[in-house]
Amino acid sequence: MRQAVNISAADVIPEPEAVLRGLSVPEGVAADLRFQRLLRAALDILTARSCPAGLFGEIAADEFGYVYGGSGSNDPDTPLHHIYPKATGLALFAVTLGREVSREIDYLFHVREFALATILDAAASQAAELAGDAVEREFAAVLAANGLFQGETRLLRYSPGYCGWHMSGQRALFDRLRPDEIGITLRESFLMEPLKSMSGVIAAGPAAIHDFEDVFPCCAGCENPTCRERIRRALSG
Amino acid sequence: MDILSRIAQELEAGEDERVAELTREAIAQNLAPKEILDRGLLAGMNVVGEKFRAHEVFLPDVLLAAKAMYAGLDLLKPLLIRDGVPPAGKIILGTVQGDLHDIGKNLVGIMLKGAGFEVIDLGHDVPPARFIDAATENGADLIGMSTLLTTTMPVMRQVVAMIEERGLRGKIRTIVGGAPVTAEYAREIGADAYSFDGSHAVERVKRLMAEA
Ligand code: B1M
Repeated sequence: MRQAVNISAADVIPEPEAVLRGLSVPEGVAADLRFQRLLRAALDILTARSCPAGLFGEIAADEFGYVYGGSGSNDPDTPLHHIYPKATGLALFAVTLGREVSREIDYLFHVREFALATILDAAASQAAELAGDAVEREFAAVLAANGLFQGETRLLRYSPGYCGWHMSGQRALFDRLRPDEIGITLRESFLMEPLKSMSGVIAAGPAAIHDFEDVFPCCAGCENPTCRERIRRALSG
Repeated sequence: MDILSRIAQELEAGEDERVAELTREAIAQNLAPKEILDRGLLAGMNVVGEKFRAHEVFLPDVLLAAKAMYAGLDLLKPLLIRDGVPPAGKIILGTVQGDLHDIGKNLVGIMLKGAGFEVIDLGHDVPPARFIDAATENGADLIGMSTLLTTTMPVMRQVVAMIEERGLRGKIRTIVGGAPVTAEYAREIGADAYSFDGSHAVERVKRLMAEA
């Protein structure tokens, strides 16, 4: 099954606190009044300018194995290589916020509204993640409707460019999912346009399938082990 | 407190309108534009940079200070040109071909301009030859390249190699940065410097300029 997901701008507006964290402001450090005003303005712009859209397509494990293999450039061993065969449901996905947000960020930089531009950029990055959450919820609903969502089922997203899944894997993913339908195109460098877009696979299954030790080749050079927090959340429900 | 210290202080607080007002006042008092720049604007921005490195202030504060810096610099620029005061250095900056991520590059540019460098920003998706053509056309001292993708990192190598081929090594220096770029990679491709963030980039560029 392949399904476009209607996502409203309101679904993707992040919490102001989360945006601050995205700007590397530590927890507990309050933003001054001017900054809070800019933060509100950025979120207003984000609400007005983002046109979020999502798409997912269910895929069987063996077919996914083929997509995952991509051009053969993945690390020799990866966490996802062990996760996907145990999944009870898999879906390729892509989401985007559309072009307007990035244009607005460029414009704000151009007119030297650095603070507003940077806040909007950070907020939009988080909005792309929230759009991913919306698609994930939709896939969970489909699984539930088919009796495939049990109490211990957890969904997590995995993306090309992370954890040993080579960026070139985008090509096979795009060939199969065809996200051009929602306005996302792939460049030669495997970057998606619009910039605020995300792609990958949603894997559903018992929480334990998502758990892995950081012993893979990709873990050695990883400076941003967001997997730990994701695994913790999956395991704690 | 003298007017230059007040400029520095208001800049630190990110008060762009006050900085513009005080800069105007300092110009009206016939203070040398270079003095206003060095002891007012740059002094304030240096403190912000130091506090940022020490985690005493955060990105939002730096961005507000940068805006205030420009508010003063815009008024001073014509006077600095009139007096023949050269910028601290001229830098060509861009995100390499294939990559559209430019927020980090923009931040680096803001910090460099804030430190008194002239920055010519070529934007994103910049082909190797364009970096070098822009550098030679503008008589730049440095090329700064940014990328966030491993797939586009090799473009940095191409630029460094092209500088060598054109016999410009030593005349045009290079600094590279971006999430996947490391000091080791910079060394491997023959770049002159690597930096992990905006304020560190300022330090590295200052050092490169001093070595030139
Ligand atoms: C000239 O001298 C210098 C000196 C210093 C220089 C310099 C030049 N240039 C930069 N610096 C330095 O100074 C700057 C200021 O401090 C810094 O600049 P940065 O640009 O690094 O920092 C910015 C201020 C803030 N940083 C950022 O905005 C990037 C943060 C991370 C987490 C990130 C984010 C937020 C996003 N992403 Co994505 N994303 C990641 C990033 C991981 C990371 N740790 O960096 C990265 C870049 N992304 C990655 C990936 C894979 C992807 N992302 C994607 C999507 C997204 C979001 C939309 C969710 C969001 C938007 C990003 C944006 N900027 O618009 C996808 C691609 C999007 C597309 N259009 O194709 C997708 C492909 C995932 C997918 N399949 O969906 C990875 C690339 C991996 C690779 N192999 O190349 C990645 C490194 C994450 C990872 N795996 O660790 C320094 O690097």
